[in-house]
Amino acid sequence: MTLTDTGGAVGAALQIRGLAKSYVRGKPVLDGITLDIASNGITAIIGPSGTGKSTLIRCINRLVEPSSGEIIFEGRNLVTLNRTGLRAARRQIGMVFQEYNLVERLTVMENVLSGRLGYVSPFKAWMRNFPSADISEAFALLETVGLGAHAHARADALSGGQRQRVGIARALMQRPKLLLADEPTSSLDPKTSVEIMTLMRDQASQRGIPAIVNIHNVELARRFATRIVGLSGGAVVFDGAPDALGDAHLKNIYGGESWLDGGDS
Amino acid sequence: MAAIAERRWVVAPVHWATRAAWFAFAVYFVYALSHLELTPARFLAGLDYGYKFLTKLFPPDFQRWELLLKGLKESLEIAILASVLGLIISLPVSLLAARNLMPTWVTWPARMVMVVCRSFHPVIIAILFVKAVGFGALAGILALTVASLGFLGKLFTEAIEEISLKQVEAVRATGAPFMSVIAFGVVPQVFSRFIGFASYELDSNLRNSTMVGIVGAGGIGGTLFAAFQRFDYDFVCAIILSIIGMIVVGEVLTNAVKKVFRA
Repeated sequence: MTLTDTGGAVGAALQIRGLAKSYVRGKPVLDGITLDIASNGITAIIGPSGTGKSTLIRCINRLVEPSSGEIIFEGRNLVTLNRTGLRAARRQIGMVFQEYNLVERLTVMENVLSGRLGYVSPFKAWMRNFPSADISEAFALLETVGLGAHAHARADALSGGQRQRVGIARALMQRPKLLLADEPTSSLDPKTSVEIMTLMRDQASQRGIPAIVNIHNVELARRFATRIVGLSGGAVVFDGAPDALGDAHLKNIYGGESWLDGGDS
Repeated sequence: MAAIAERRWVVAPVHWATRAAWFAFAVYFVYALSHLELTPARFLAGLDYGYKFLTKLFPPDFQRWELLLKGLKESLEIAILASVLGLIISLPVSLLAARNLMPTWVTWPARMVMVVCRSFHPVIIAILFVKAVGFGALAGILALTVASLGFLGKLFTEAIEEISLKQVEAVRATGAPFMSVIAFGVVPQVFSRFIGFASYELDSNLRNSTMVGIVGAGGIGGTLFAAFQRFDYDFVCAIILSIIGMIVVGEVLTNAVKKVFRA
């Protein structure tokens, strides 16, 4: 099998091959991850803190540089792309962050429109001169995420749940072919977490795009994901449907077992 | 309970090096006092000179107001032009010097430029420029531009280095080109601080522009120096009062500018 052959896995939107990352030489955080992500559905990545979930997701759009391996997306290996190629690839990949990462001092509209920055010249970006089609789409997206009334508010005036909705709108504004989410609900209360996950699932399925979501909460993963990948020690130790994930697997992923008694949290 | 009551809290003893440093400082202070012959008699004699000087200063003489106004106008022009030029140059230089956005081989030379600009007092830079481009306002403008680059550059760089990289990362993740990342991820985070620094620099340039004239670089300073040398103390007093007036007006203006831009 040739590694760059995208025909190998029919319908795979993203192929990760032998991905490794070590921040310190000889101490890999990711140790040879190989995954195929189907062209739809939500893949939840679970695992203990510090096991490389964030690193994995950040390697995909190269906010973190992989040490070795291949990531095939849209027929190109993202790992070897030059700066221009990488920017072109990033436009197609929307990302949602744990702490929302909105530009606090910009308005909600400016934050949403920043999803189009890959398509607008820097000069027009400085002048806030976005195409009118983008502006209507941004307003429509804000309605979709339920923030139509807050378009002109500054991002730092919003609550956590509202900010994450803006974060999702910004990612969707890219018209992405892949959605990444790095612990999107970890800073939110349980009710808001469910709302945010629902929004992401619905948007991903409406647009027919796959989403990869790092998540701490196993219950949320079971409820929203179509596939669960368990990561431990930088390697995949579980990969299957949510129904197949049992206590034995969780023990294997997180270690120990006393935390499993009397409900989990 | 008894065991707890018996525990004593002991204040950590002062390190011997700290004690030695304080002692050395006290010795030096006494030495410097005796070395400069700051005796009470010398101080009283100084008060006497001061009194005579004050009586010559007042009343101020505003008869040569045209000369005064010309000098003030030139100082103001030097201050404003130098501030604007310094601001324009320090924006890109500080961006290049920010270690959180640029690789070391870029930040190092940018930092060197700013350190060199900051190494000398504006008056020394003014002397250099008077020799280089001749007497007059041009030398003053260039000197204060260089000084502004040194200080604004440093302040801007520090502001950029304190921004939240998470916000920058999110903009970068959209595939935005570098200048758009700056426009959306960096500028909003530093804008209001930059306005504050720039108005502070304008304030400081107003002061400095009254001084570069002493070495021939234009502005009211030249007039002041000439008046001193001719013992025209009443005219000196008029100049000093006018400078105070200009600084106060400048302060009010920069505060107004800051308010307009407060985001």
